[in-house]
Amino acid sequence: MSEQSFIAGGHRHGGHFAERLVHGLQQALEHSLDAEAISKQRGLLQGLDPRIKLLALLSLMISGILAGQLSTLLLLFCLAVVLALLSQVSLRRLYRQAWLSVLLFSGAIALPALFLVPGDILFRLPLLHWGISLQGLRSAAFLLGRAETSASFALLLMLTTPWMHVLKAMRSLGVPVLLVALLGMTHRYIFVLLQTASQMFEARRSRMLAPPSGWLARQVVAASSGVLLSKAFQLSSEVHLAMVSRGYRGDIYLLHSFHTRPRDWCALLPALCVPLLILWKHA
Amino acid sequence: MHIPDGYLSPATCALAYAVALPFWLLAYRHAKRLLHTRMVPLFAVFSAFSFVIMMFNLPLPGGTSGHAVGMGIISIVLGPWASIVAISVALLIQALFFGDGGITSFGANSLNMAIVGSLVAWASYQLLAAGAALQSRRRVLAAAVAGYLAINAAALLAAIEFGLQPLLFHDAAGTPLYAPYPLSVAVPAMMLGHLSFAGLAELLITGGLVAYLQRAHPELLSLQASRISVPTAALRTTRKLWYGLAALMILSPLGLLAAGTAWGEWGVEDFANADSRQQMALASGQMAPPVAAPEGLARLASLWSAPFPDYAPAFVHSPNFGYVLSALFGAGLILLALLLLSRLGGKPGQPE
Repeated sequence: MSEQSFIAGGHRHGGHFAERLVHGLQQALEHSLDAEAISKQRGLLQGLDPRIKLLALLSLMISGILAGQLSTLLLLFCLAVVLALLSQVSLRRLYRQAWLSVLLFSGAIALPALFLVPGDILFRLPLLHWGISLQGLRSAAFLLGRAETSASFALLLMLTTPWMHVLKAMRSLGVPVLLVALLGMTHRYIFVLLQTASQMFEARRSRMLAPPSGWLARQVVAASSGVLLSKAFQLSSEVHLAMVSRGYRGDIYLLHSFHTRPRDWCALLPALCVPLLILWKHA
Repeated sequence: MHIPDGYLSPATCALAYAVALPFWLLAYRHAKRLLHTRMVPLFAVFSAFSFVIMMFNLPLPGGTSGHAVGMGIISIVLGPWASIVAISVALLIQALFFGDGGITSFGANSLNMAIVGSLVAWASYQLLAAGAALQSRRRVLAAAVAGYLAINAAALLAAIEFGLQPLLFHDAAGTPLYAPYPLSVAVPAMMLGHLSFAGLAELLITGGLVAYLQRAHPELLSLQASRISVPTAALRTTRKLWYGLAALMILSPLGLLAAGTAWGEWGVEDFANADSRQQMALASGQMAPPVAAPEGLARLASLWSAPFPDYAPAFVHSPNFGYVLSALFGAGLILLALLLLSRLGGKPGQPE
């Protein structure tokens, strides 16, 4: 993963490849633990039924990509900020995990649009004489605004809802049970395999006298990936046997324990109205 | 490569989901038939493996580093359908839990990397490694090329998705509302990075992994071969269909060289146009066409307006580009229909 993500501070590119992997594992674990801790706090979003929250935040994300005016995007972004503050999510965390990451990635992609999108020239850069067009400026603002707004809502969903609740909410909303089970198990095994991989690299590193050359490093990565692949196979066989021995016959059942309250509906209604309003305005 | 939210319009996102859905269903059905109760743990672990592989930063020649997606190796070991599911699930977790790639653009990301990537990797590996012994060098080379082609096919598709945005979605003043770069910018920009670094990373990982598996776990490389359950005759028939379709897609730009209108493919307005009338007369053995369009034709013409009139969508400024795009779109629809028909008919008409 080398693009924008919630992993705070982005991905480390310096240092030994094993160090980078261990760093990635630590950050993924940190993100998971942070999300769990924040989801237990008392806040506006934490108090909502996960199904309602999932629908409402998805509706607001869709509103973000439907918006045809920058002012609408700005309002949605402000709404994300207000929701974060009311849900005990600090703006510093939003900045570190969403805004900065999006700014560095999408900002770099949006920047050339200032000069490349044809239109009415607003002003020219001194020395270079490159013209910045109004259309270019607005298109860059649209791209960055949409990416920032969507990332803020997505991060709020993840930080204020335990992962298992997100999955249960998905199931309640009609997502196939198989996909929900797969997501739950995959999430678990990501950490198992990440830990296995970082231990493998650490073991290899502790037996090396000097940093490996490029060719040797590539060989190590390929061989480690191969070992990990065979371990993954072995793990899947063991898990399968464990499931079958506990009565698994191909059918998956999930427990539901969600109850909606009037305030959930009060939150959902305006959230669903936002994209409808945008569509009605465009029509 | 992971397209974030906000780069693609809602219509593009919806279309990507719609195109991906049949492939997901086919992959699920196929896997269920083949794996039964093994399916869930196998896919879960391999989705996790794909996720972890994406975190492996491979040192590349020249001092840079890149990461692979894993569609090459998973397609080679488990087959394209398992790879479609495993990588899609990995992408969904990345989008939901880690914010890597968008939620609204998850369909497009799956289409590019999980579906097209896996199918291209599998097809090119099968083609290049056909008849080679499990331990042969040719398999390593085939795997490396398969990985390279797969990631570049996925990148090209993503670039086309980006490049179509400013053509299709802009406001009255001409401001692009989503990804702002046209095809002439998006395609070279995306392909430059993927033909070099990202492609090289996928090439080295896939080739290196197959070389390692040949030495340490050859049984994993023979998994796919032992699972093929397609009757040979059916495979031969469907193969011919695939070749025919590929030939049609390749030859479709030849239509650009053809001049004039095909006989009988005249619109209502052609009857009022002097040049068109002359062409009609020439094409009809100097028989003069009627003065006005037949009443039935005029009435029917208002009923149906094809989505790509005259093989050039209204949004495409270059008719040649529109023609080729229409051909690809049509071929894609035919391909999809063939896959679905073959599946409904109970005869596997796609790679196993």
